[in-house]
Amino acid sequence: MAFDIIVYAENKKDGFKRSVLEAVSEGRRLADTLGSELCAVVIGSDVGALAPALGEFGADLVLVAEDEGLGTFSPDGYCDILERAITQKSSSIVLLDASIRGKELAAKLSARLSAGLATECVNIEIKDGTQVVATRPLYAGKALVDVAFNSPIRIMTLRPKAFVASEAPREAAIERMEHAPDEGRTGPVIKETIDVGGGKIDLREADIIVSGGRGMKNGENFAILEEFADLLGGVVGASRSAVDAGWRPHSDQVGQTGKVVSPSLYVACGISGQIQHLVGMNTSKNIVAINKDPDAPIFAVADYGIVGDLFDVVPALTEEARRLRS
Amino acid sequence: MKIIVCVKMVPDTTTKIVVAGNGKDIDRSGVEYVLNPYDEYAVEEALSIKERFSGSEVVILSLGPSESTKTIRTALAMGADRGVLLKAESTDPFVVAKALADEISSMDPGLVLLGKQAVDDDANQVGGLVAEFLGLPFVSSIIKLEISEDRAVAQREREGGYDVVEVPLPCVLSAQRGLNEPRYTTMKGIMMSKRKPIEEKEPILSESLLEVTSLHLPPPRSGGKIVGEGKEAVPELVRLLKEEAKIL
Repeated sequence: MAFDIIVYAENKKDGFKRSVLEAVSEGRRLADTLGSELCAVVIGSDVGALAPALGEFGADLVLVAEDEGLGTFSPDGYCDILERAITQKSSSIVLLDASIRGKELAAKLSARLSAGLATECVNIEIKDGTQVVATRPLYAGKALVDVAFNSPIRIMTLRPKAFVASEAPREAAIERMEHAPDEGRTGPVIKETIDVGGGKIDLREADIIVSGGRGMKNGENFAILEEFADLLGGVVGASRSAVDAGWRPHSDQVGQTGKVVSPSLYVACGISGQIQHLVGMNTSKNIVAINKDPDAPIFAVADYGIVGDLFDVVPALTEEARRLRS
Repeated sequence: MKIIVCVKMVPDTTTKIVVAGNGKDIDRSGVEYVLNPYDEYAVEEALSIKERFSGSEVVILSLGPSESTKTIRTALAMGADRGVLLKAESTDPFVVAKALADEISSMDPGLVLLGKQAVDDDANQVGGLVAEFLGLPFVSSIIKLEISEDRAVAQREREGGYDVVEVPLPCVLSAQRGLNEPRYTTMKGIMMSKRKPIEEKEPILSESLLEVTSLHLPPPRSGGKIVGEGKEAVPELVRLLKEEAKIL
């Protein structure tokens, strides 16, 4: 059986991020288009139990590399396994989540396999039966390019929320991969893994984002955004000026030198809307802008604008939303 | 320690993007170019390491058109010692990384630094490729770095937190915003940079693995709807979000 398509399913302790399931679903769609099979790879310690879940999203086969020593991420060790899986299954399309680790692995695989790599893809098409064309953003999304590949193996990392995770349940075959320990490599060693933000989901995966800018006046005032975001099950973001002022950590920054996000709802509070910010959020499904200045550029991209003082409007909004929920 | 910093000349982030006549690139007329912002963090980090390890040298390496000497000059004005320009153009990160790695392999580096991505193609892969071609360990998106004689301890940003990663030298590290505050160039620095050497070379490029078939603009967003003024507009906004947008 041909497994033209292979997906690396990066796991969390207790399952898979939505963006990984999106990649598996896209792999399923491509496999159907090509009349091929889809293989997913899981790597880690205690990951065997997670494998069947990938069948729910369309994997025909799950390769499981499970070992105590794989409990911490090792770029070389993980890459060895993926390289072996790709070679064993003669796969020609490799998909990964565009996470920081996914991107590290993708670049390594690209160099080792002399395979073209398109990062942060937002669309993938099969043209003329076999040719893969990937669409990816440039200039933080101010432009898009279609890229074709000149290599037999084609690697793509998929931008979170650009693809849809949909169930295509089947009983996936599970195959264990022998894990050869690192052969005396002196690669990077993770000494500690620190979680910040109380385990909240990353901005790029969030469905609702409430962001604040210069109009927030200080870091403490972000509490009113936190309250609103918490109520909606969302997370808080920030503009570059709020980050530069030291009110929020850089990991909260939305925009050209921060994160590009596309939630279902983006609420911009006290953000004027410089182009570098707009490119980071204008693929959001719905944008709400709250700003004192009726001429702020943010209103040009907002589906719903309120001209007013955010310190009046946001608490009222929280109140109204709370009433609606109860 | 010899520190190599790879830099790229990129359009300023405020550039308005217009599609070129061939439909495969942006229209470059009137575009202002700057040193890639993420590379600035890499340059700054290299300079601060140099200040702590006497006898260190910071070499700026770039692949690009001849105007890239200006970009290299910016890094020299910040305090780097000399530059090397590989005069060539390619939009394929694999090809660029291969040429950079070929050059670096002859330089005996103690450390290679570069920005996590260039803000033009946003590819975020040259660092990883360079490291793999050189057979050196790689840590991406670092937000903190401590260097000793033979090893580095870096914080690598990750979704939801960061990893503390220890890595032996030489290695390749890519810089994320937050690593440091790049210094401003001074008039003295600019004057001194004019006397610093930039060697120009013509690299042999490998076969492209990627080919751009079309560059296009995203569909414009139709926004601009004002619901009302002040908190009086809140009930109507909530109604719209619930009934029209179907989110609340």
